[in-house]
Amino acid sequence: MPAPSATTGPPEAAISATVQLLPLGDAAVLLHFGEGISLATHGAIQAVSAYLARHPFAGLRECVPAFTTLAVYYDPWLVSQAGHSPPYERVAELLRQLLPAALAPTPPAPAEVVEIPVCYGGEFGPDLAVVAQHTGLAPAEVIARHAAPEYLVHMIGFAPGFPYLGGLDEQLATPRRAEPRPVVPAGAVGIAGPQTGIYSLPTPGGWQLIGRTPLRLFNPEAAAPTLLQAGQHLRFVPISAAEFATYSGRPPL
Amino acid sequence: MSISVLRPGLLTTVQDLGRPGYQQAGIVVGGALDALALRVANLLVGNPETAAGLEITLRGPTLRFETDHLVALTGADLTPTIGGQALPLHRPVWVRAGAELVFGGARAGCRAYLAVSGGLAVPLVLGSRATYLRAALGGLDGRALRAGDQLPAPGPTPAGQQLARQLRAAAAASHWAASTWTPGPALRPTPHPAPSIRALRGPEYGQFSAASQWAFWHEPFGVTAAADRMGYRLQGPALARTVATELLSSAVTFGTVQVPAGGQAIVLLADCQTTGGYPRLAQVITADFAALAQARPGQRLRFQEVTLAEAQALYLAQEQRLHALRRALAVKLFTA
Repeated sequence: MPAPSATTGPPEAAISATVQLLPLGDAAVLLHFGEGISLATHGAIQAVSAYLARHPFAGLRECVPAFTTLAVYYDPWLVSQAGHSPPYERVAELLRQLLPAALAPTPPAPAEVVEIPVCYGGEFGPDLAVVAQHTGLAPAEVIARHAAPEYLVHMIGFAPGFPYLGGLDEQLATPRRAEPRPVVPAGAVGIAGPQTGIYSLPTPGGWQLIGRTPLRLFNPEAAAPTLLQAGQHLRFVPISAAEFATYSGRPPL
Repeated sequence: MSISVLRPGLLTTVQDLGRPGYQQAGIVVGGALDALALRVANLLVGNPETAAGLEITLRGPTLRFETDHLVALTGADLTPTIGGQALPLHRPVWVRAGAELVFGGARAGCRAYLAVSGGLAVPLVLGSRATYLRAALGGLDGRALRAGDQLPAPGPTPAGQQLARQLRAAAAASHWAASTWTPGPALRPTPHPAPSIRALRGPEYGQFSAASQWAFWHEPFGVTAAADRMGYRLQGPALARTVATELLSSAVTFGTVQVPAGGQAIVLLADCQTTGGYPRLAQVITADFAALAQARPGQRLRFQEVTLAEAQALYLAQEQRLHALRRALAVKLFTA
């Protein structure tokens, strides 16, 4: 067991000892990694999810990472064919056994930063003025602060390819609209409280819309159907309406 | 080799067993709400259980078979007829080219399944033919059936051909002929008008007040009109947590009972989001998904607590019955 060090974060034994396992119905185990959003928790969830992808057990269906949890879906029938104990106990035991190895420190992967071009304001960002007014910042300052950080994709949920991002400048936090829009177009970039995100499908929505990306976050025909995945980093890059049109093949508005 | 849609019915969609494996990309599993019914229907016509069929909701479509087909209807009894004669459920049925399948009133349950030997050959999207309406994905152009649609049905599997020959001989001049055999009663449940749905405690069960926990297991809940493939909003006792902390989004799945701040429970179905931020009070057991899927708006249901060991034993028993049906049909379809 390697000694804990400042560079590797908490020792894996300590993390794996704090992970709680509980059933999510009769065909899933929910691993609970702690309270609150943190980089350490995110890293641990990603590590276990990646480990299970590399070393699937018989009967594993899929994993769903979230802010502080990892849901591990399994087929009780297939699990029961592989052993004698009840399916939940067998899966829980397997997971407890693999946690230390899955959480062992690994050399950090090179940080890949996905660039998301965004045309801010105007037709594409009808609520930019609302955010500017709420925060007391000039619209250009809102854009600059939104495009400055490197965001972490904590999880994908809500809709296909919809990223929950961490890293929004706290000054930009703005409440949701009182009346949600019946349809928010795909690619709309919005702010809701302390969160920012990108709509991946046309859906009803109450986020304050400050811009739009011409990129498709969800493309079911593509080999990788979503542009983003949990664990990636991204940055918003401001573009003009003319540049937006060249991406999407449509004339500028 | 197509099937013509003369009238679409209330909500008729192409479904299979869904597209698992993409939930971490936020893509719902979806698929038949009463998967047991679709699996049995597929087995009866010599299909793999994963073949695509139709999910027919409350008011059925009118369909014309343009060629001879081998079909099976399971799930809800929506009073199907051909040429004015009632069609039996839970049996393979040979239908003659030109026959029109018509549905009457909904006698029991909410969703019927029509399997066609050889399946419905709509394109695979992310490994599945299931229609996901919200993202306009899969099925027939990602939407419910419309009048004038032609469903691509390539025709019977080898096992289906064998059975179709026998039934056609028995049909004489009739439009259709059904088998004399049917699966055991456990694989053709009759939907109950006020079902008792078995469930486990959910991850946030302990956050609810003792009174709310008691009420959940003992009071009836009505299925409201806000009921679709994503879930049912229920009407019943207001359920309250004893803690006010906001929850971080976490996994939800078919059968999750979640409770928004208003206190009225929602039970999620196949097209539910992959994650949600409401407290998860309970989780319906897999063996009762069929009963849940057959509940109609306006009906009442109750929840009954079972242990995880009981739930998994029921899960395995259901799979065992399907396994036995598969084996029995393999003998019947290939050697009879």
